[in-house]
Formats: sequence, C-alpha cells, structure tokens
Amino acid sequence: MKTFALLATLATGILLLYGTRDFAPWGDPASPASSHVSRVYIERAVEETHVPNLVSAILGDYRSYDTMFETVVIYCAGLAVVSVLRRNRS
Amino acid sequence: MKLLQERAKGRPAGDSLIIRTSVRLLVPFIQLYGLYVIVHGHYSPGGGFQGGVVLGASFILLALAYDLKTSLRYMSEGANVLLGNAGVLIFIGIAVLCALLGGLFLDYAALARLIPMAAEEWRSFGIFLVELGVGLTVMSSMVSLFWDLASGGDMEEGL
Repeated sequence: MKTFALLATLATGILLLYGTRDFAPWGDPASPASSHVSRVYIERAVEETHVPNLVSAILGDYRSYDTMFETVVIYCAGLAVVSVLRRNRS
Repeated sequence: MKLLQERAKGRPAGDSLIIRTSVRLLVPFIQLYGLYVIVHGHYSPGGGFQGGVVLGASFILLALAYDLKTSLRYMSEGANVLLGNAGVLIFIGIAVLCALLGGLFLDYAALARLIPMAAEEWRSFGIFLVELGVGLTVMSSMVSLFWDLASGGDMEEGL
C-alpha cells in the first residue's frame, strides 16, 4: 500500500512537472497573461461585477473555480487532521 | 508533546487576571472585525480567507488565555464541524445551482432567475456568498487544527 502511494505521488508529480513545460516563460511580455488577460480584467471588472476591489472580483468571479478548490483543499486538510488525531480516551 | 502536557499540568496554565480580562474584552471585537473583513471584502482588502483566519484566531486566543474547555464552551465541536461543512456546501451549492438554473458553472448571473436582480448585482452578491462559505471553512479548519494538535486528539486539556 505504501509503495502504491509512493508511486501514485511520483506519477502525479511527474505529470504536473511535465505540464509546466507548456507554461509561458517567466516574465514573458508576449504571454496571454501579460498581453491581454490582465488588461481586460482591469478595464471590465467594475462594470461586469460592481466590485471595486479588483482582487475580490478576480478571486471570487473570474477565477472562482480555483478558489473553490482552494477551499476544498483547506477543508480536506482539516478533515485529515481530525480523522488522524481525534480519539476518545476513556 | 507528552512532556509539554505534563509540564502544563503542574502549574495553572495562563493563570493571569490581566490576560484573562483583556482577552475576554477583546474577543467580541476580534470576531466582529473578522465578520467585517469577510463582508467588506468587496470594498477594501479582505475576503473569506483573511476574515476566516481572524475569526478562527479569536477562538484560539480563548483557548490560550483560558483553557481548551472554555473555547469548547463558546464553540462546540459539533457546531465547528457543521460550520466547516456548511462553508464548502455553500460554495459548491451556489456553483451547482448556477449550472442547474441554465447558466454556466459558477456564473452567478444565472441566479437572477430565482430573485430578479441585474446580472452585475448578482455577480457582486454571489462573490459575497461564496466568500462567506470560504470564511466559514477556514475558521472551522483553523480551530479544529488547533484543538486536535494542542490536546493530542482527546479534547480533555490543551496548552
């Protein structure tokens, strides 16, 4: 079981590292994030969401799929600690 | 951890009138500030994660200044687990509800079919609801992490 867990972790890690090859280079001015995505957020966020705080608008609306799984990750961390440590000492 | 717990058993932990009184006065304001950070996240720096941490810290402060039982009296374990589950369910429930009402997954404008409001207003309100769910989950996770790690799993006595 431990070997299987190790192999699954390694396979996921290799898969994720392989996926980073498709990322734009660090600080590339021609990448989508630098060329048009950020500009559209800044120009349209207030009129599309009526939220003056740009960070909240991106975090809660444009990128809410990411935020949803961030929440699930935190929830899983809490759940894991409770299920490992919680016990009744009688 | 065993050694620390036995050492803590020897002397009355946190037995200081000044600390207890100031914590008792501070905790309601800390919780109010946590709620403010969640609710006002649209207009000022803040949001669900930060507000949830502030809310959770208020219960941890109670447990540190008094003891674990006192913080359990203010926030029972069952209520904590219930709030954590409710937070995730609020987030995912709203996302699925948007999809069921004919919009895209997590596009809050679709909720206008339930309560007619402008699409932009619904996006603003949807962000608030979602941040509320995030805040509840973060608070519950922080508090239960502290309780379990500080007491070694049995909620008898902690730091």
